[in-house]
Amino acid sequence: MGKAASPVPVYDSDLRPPAAWEELLEAWRYRDLIVQLVRRDVTARYKRSVLGIAWTMLNPLGMMVVLTVVFSKLFPTVRGYPVFVLSALIAWNFFSQTSMAAVNALVWGGALFQRIYLPKSVFAIAAIGTGLVNTAFALVPLVLVMAVTGVPPRWTVLLTPLTIVPLAAFALGVGLLISAVGIYFADVVEMYNVALTALFYATPIVYPLDQMPASVQRILSFNPLVYLVELFRQPLYQGQVPAWHWWGLAYGIGFVTLLVGWLAFASKVDEFAYRA
Amino acid sequence: MRTPTTSGAVALAPEARASDVSGEDVVIRLEHVTVRYRVPAEPVRTFKEWAIRYLLRRKVPYREVLALNDVSLEVRAGEVFGLIGPNGAGKSTLLKLVARVLRPTSGRVWVKGRVAPLLAMGAAFHPELTGRENVYLNGTLLGMTRREIDERFDAIVAFADIGSFIDAPLRTYSSGMVTRLAFAVATDRKPDILILDEVMGVGDTAFQQKSFARIRAYQEEGATILFVSHSMEAIKRLCQRAAWLDHGRVRFVGPADEAVERYLASL
Repeated sequence: MGKAASPVPVYDSDLRPPAAWEELLEAWRYRDLIVQLVRRDVTARYKRSVLGIAWTMLNPLGMMVVLTVVFSKLFPTVRGYPVFVLSALIAWNFFSQTSMAAVNALVWGGALFQRIYLPKSVFAIAAIGTGLVNTAFALVPLVLVMAVTGVPPRWTVLLTPLTIVPLAAFALGVGLLISAVGIYFADVVEMYNVALTALFYATPIVYPLDQMPASVQRILSFNPLVYLVELFRQPLYQGQVPAWHWWGLAYGIGFVTLLVGWLAFASKVDEFAYRA
Repeated sequence: MRTPTTSGAVALAPEARASDVSGEDVVIRLEHVTVRYRVPAEPVRTFKEWAIRYLLRRKVPYREVLALNDVSLEVRAGEVFGLIGPNGAGKSTLLKLVARVLRPTSGRVWVKGRVAPLLAMGAAFHPELTGRENVYLNGTLLGMTRREIDERFDAIVAFADIGSFIDAPLRTYSSGMVTRLAFAVATDRKPDILILDEVMGVGDTAFQQKSFARIRAYQEEGATILFVSHSMEAIKRLCQRAAWLDHGRVRFVGPADEAVERYLASL
């Protein structure tokens, strides 16, 4: 009978690789789905409105104008304040939007998980992928603002794919971690939303870290986003290659967070189908 | 499905059709499977409620619901196997176990082969995307690779009979067209095990015949079918064997006719 081409898969609930490893294998097996999910999110977004792509670019610009009007007078020594703010804002938007999107897709996207088997983590990974695409668009107006405000873009702009990697790992790790708790308690998602607002001001986005009092700097040094945003901003705003310790700190923070988030999420992943 | 000889005796005999593999060829095996949902006695849906409770009493009372209780059964290759029983008997839970959506709380679930759950038809269709884009999205969702969909794309569209609409956004489709496309994607590859939940009201009459013909063809090629229905007629007509579930327990497993009779007698 038929073709004996592909081996018949056997599923045995007793034989199970460690959850975190299994989730990784399955996410890889469904990698084409990740691409399709990113494509869905990107095309659905840009099809719906005429502004589409323009909106992705205008939104941070609008934010930049507001923040520049409000804060540039407070920090008169910062040259090219719009570029200073916008470069960090792009990093921040990427982190806050993708981590939130990952949580929403996992905690509220439940109907699908009740009906077919899927490695749930692909939805979180796809959220990060969509964020990367949006960020690529958002970088276009940044370069324009640079040209206009006299902070000419340097070649270091091209380092952005490398500086966004630890940020992406961090966002994925946080998203998975919040989701692992969010399965049990829905309000944790709202709490995270509030926490994000606080975190925005606890991260040197509108102010330069070195102009803060030493005591404040010490407290802020516990915020992992300080290092991630700084790594992202330096090649764009200062136009210089970040020193090695910045790379080390950012990559370390990003991937340790991802590891913790992945392990926590994988250990709770069976719960999704149990929660209606 | 098998030619409807409605006698129980036929069903008892191992499927002669699935031939080269013996009647012993089990494709689904459940061993002492229990699924226990922990339902809070008073619903605690938020961290705030839980924290308050934790501080006051240090304990959140739970009520346990046994969706399946020590269920053991086997389904053989090529069978059309029915699941009957009242609502809340555990039929859907059993399907979810086989589809790998749910893990048993205890016991063992063993499934051999690729499972196509028709429970998930068109689960992630997006109205703004074109039919083409939706085929790719849903195909990958069901575990196909992009390359496989590339190869099968024309056949899928032809079966769904969508024509030039394939590049129009899904929101411009009639509901019949949507289900046709969903069915075409979900059943494009011959699965080893097909899960059919309830009546399959797919599209118009012509397409219903077409879809049943496809299911029947797969069955003749050796696919196993797990079929849940409240229609005892359909169960008797289509299934060789059936399991009667009640409150999470198996009351009877055997010839479909007998299972139906016993179930009806109990009502």
